[in-house]
Amino acid sequence: MMRETALIEANNLSVAVPRSSRWFPSRKPDLDILVDVSVAVKPGEIVCMVGESGSGKTTFGRALLGLVRPSAGQIVFDGTPLPDFSPPSFKRIRREASLLFQDPVTSFDPRQRIASILAEPRRIARSGSVARSEIEELARKAGLVSPLLSKFPHALSGGQARRAAVARALSVVPRLIVADEPTAGLDVSVQGGVLNLFLDIREEFRTSFLIITHNLSIARHVSDRIVILYLGRVLESGPAREIFRAPRHPYTRALLDSEPIPNPAKRREAPPVIGEVPGLAARPSGCEFHTRCAFAQDRCRHERPLQTAISAEHEVACHYPLTPRLTVVGPPPQRLPKTANR
Amino acid sequence: MTPGPATATPVNPAPVLELADVSISYSGIVPAVVGVDLMVMPGEIVGIIGESGSGKSTLAHSVLGLLPDSAQISGKTLSLNGIDMLGASEQAMRQLRGPAAAMIFQNPMTTFSPMHKLGRQLMDLLWRERGLSNKEKRQKILKALQDVGLPDPAARLEAYPFQLSGGMLQRVAIAAALLMRPSLLVADEPTTALDVTMEAQILHLMHEIRRNAGVSILMISHHLGVIAEICDRVAVMYAGRIVEEGPVDVIFADPRHPYTKALFACEPALIETGATRLPVIGGEVPRPVRIGCGFAGRCPQVLECCCNATPPWVAVGAGNVSHFSRCHRSAP
Repeated sequence: MMRETALIEANNLSVAVPRSSRWFPSRKPDLDILVDVSVAVKPGEIVCMVGESGSGKTTFGRALLGLVRPSAGQIVFDGTPLPDFSPPSFKRIRREASLLFQDPVTSFDPRQRIASILAEPRRIARSGSVARSEIEELARKAGLVSPLLSKFPHALSGGQARRAAVARALSVVPRLIVADEPTAGLDVSVQGGVLNLFLDIREEFRTSFLIITHNLSIARHVSDRIVILYLGRVLESGPAREIFRAPRHPYTRALLDSEPIPNPAKRREAPPVIGEVPGLAARPSGCEFHTRCAFAQDRCRHERPLQTAISAEHEVACHYPLTPRLTVVGPPPQRLPKTANR
Repeated sequence: MTPGPATATPVNPAPVLELADVSISYSGIVPAVVGVDLMVMPGEIVGIIGESGSGKSTLAHSVLGLLPDSAQISGKTLSLNGIDMLGASEQAMRQLRGPAAAMIFQNPMTTFSPMHKLGRQLMDLLWRERGLSNKEKRQKILKALQDVGLPDPAARLEAYPFQLSGGMLQRVAIAAALLMRPSLLVADEPTTALDVTMEAQILHLMHEIRRNAGVSILMISHHLGVIAEICDRVAVMYAGRIVEEGPVDVIFADPRHPYTKALFACEPALIETGATRLPVIGGEVPRPVRIGCGFAGRCPQVLECCCNATPPWVAVGAGNVSHFSRCHRSAP
């Protein structure tokens, strides 16, 4: 992947949690949450990481900023690799990156007023002014009116709280914003405002974004590149336009087809995928998606497919990638019997 | 999966649920629902779409009498299966919950008690069936779990809720709701907490239970895609009022109320790729108002009369299509 200009790059990043502890020893091997995930975000680029719950997308965002300790791999920030994964090494990234948490209200101190919450990163970083007028200017940038600055977090509506979180993220002018489900819990009439704000910020500061979401229609509108995660592995990654027009991995296509279409004339006959994500503790053999894949062959059950480049920036991990033409054909020809994975 | 009730309905059937001019307020001063009329016919799936704060959940909870004590319901009619519920005692409500109507909640993880095994909780739901032995009850529960496509139902009876995934638990919740053979199933955002692939499966299941059990469904959602996928008729709620109602294909093809139009314009799935900015509706959802139009403050086509006169409920459908809108602009 384009090493030359990436702002932040994860190379074969893995996260594993031990299942054995001092008080509860166990012979079980470590549980792999993320396996060999490689993602690069260029300056001013918006990358969307998409996956179902349990795919490890939130963990990836946190691992990138050192909130979860990676177990293997490498993180390169601004061209220089981190020497190790100790907390001091991550300081360099955290100074220039912000994380938008999934639930903004619980990410605020309930006993601080919004103005103080917005000023806190500047106080910690000892950079930027914490004068009231400057904080008001910051809030205005995120679309918050100044009377809200003297309120406590619980008094804000969902959309306002999200804007306050964005304002806090902007307070030290980050070069990277990791946004975990930035539109979860927002009404459609408001979520566009938050995404437009991201686009404005990118235009003004050339900030890079890693947006973690399960909402594909959002990803379609804002992202430059898409990364599809399944059970902690990247199944497909590439330019957003290409992936939405012609997904090559059967899982990507199933995800796209699962999104209900707001058109009563286009109802589906049957659900595009059956079953659910197998647990991380019971990873299927071979290609991990084979238990739900409509096109699985014998080879898929035994041999894990490797990431293969399809075009310059488009990679897919599948033995039998879909041909672009196939995406317009109706329901898949044969379906595997329903399998219980637990 | 064609629009319209799957089975041919008899001439002039009695509605399963009927609401006429129902208003609900909290503590007597905060209105949540204002003057709602709604009917659900046997075997019909009716959707209520609205943003947070529109009163759609309050309305759904009122159908089963699940509102807190501070809520006050007033109006002409609120009847389930022809039985009036406005003056019903708690005793009478208990008789209705189950056989007349059952509910599926948004979060399947909090639907069940975390302390008891699922089998025991499902068994408790059958307390009314005094004639059945425990063994027969167990058979009945297993059959219900099989009907909703739960893999390995016998083992699930011995499981605690935390041992099942959200999608599986939602299936159990649907089975539990159907155990008493209700005529109406109220589903309050049943797929919001689930992944898209699971959402598609649950929606498919709801279609199937309508076809097989003949149950009517009142579907509450904020997701246009979900409503389009399964409903026969839709009511759009805004600030406590139903502002537009009609058959799902008509509403989606030709929305008439300015709010419905604005809502559809914001739906990311309907916007062409390549739009540089996404549309929004400015301002916040206001408190429900008793007089005037709730959308007046955000409406691009606001008139002078919108603020001081409640818009009339006008038929806007072509021919005999029952399509209504509550807007001064639609008034003749």
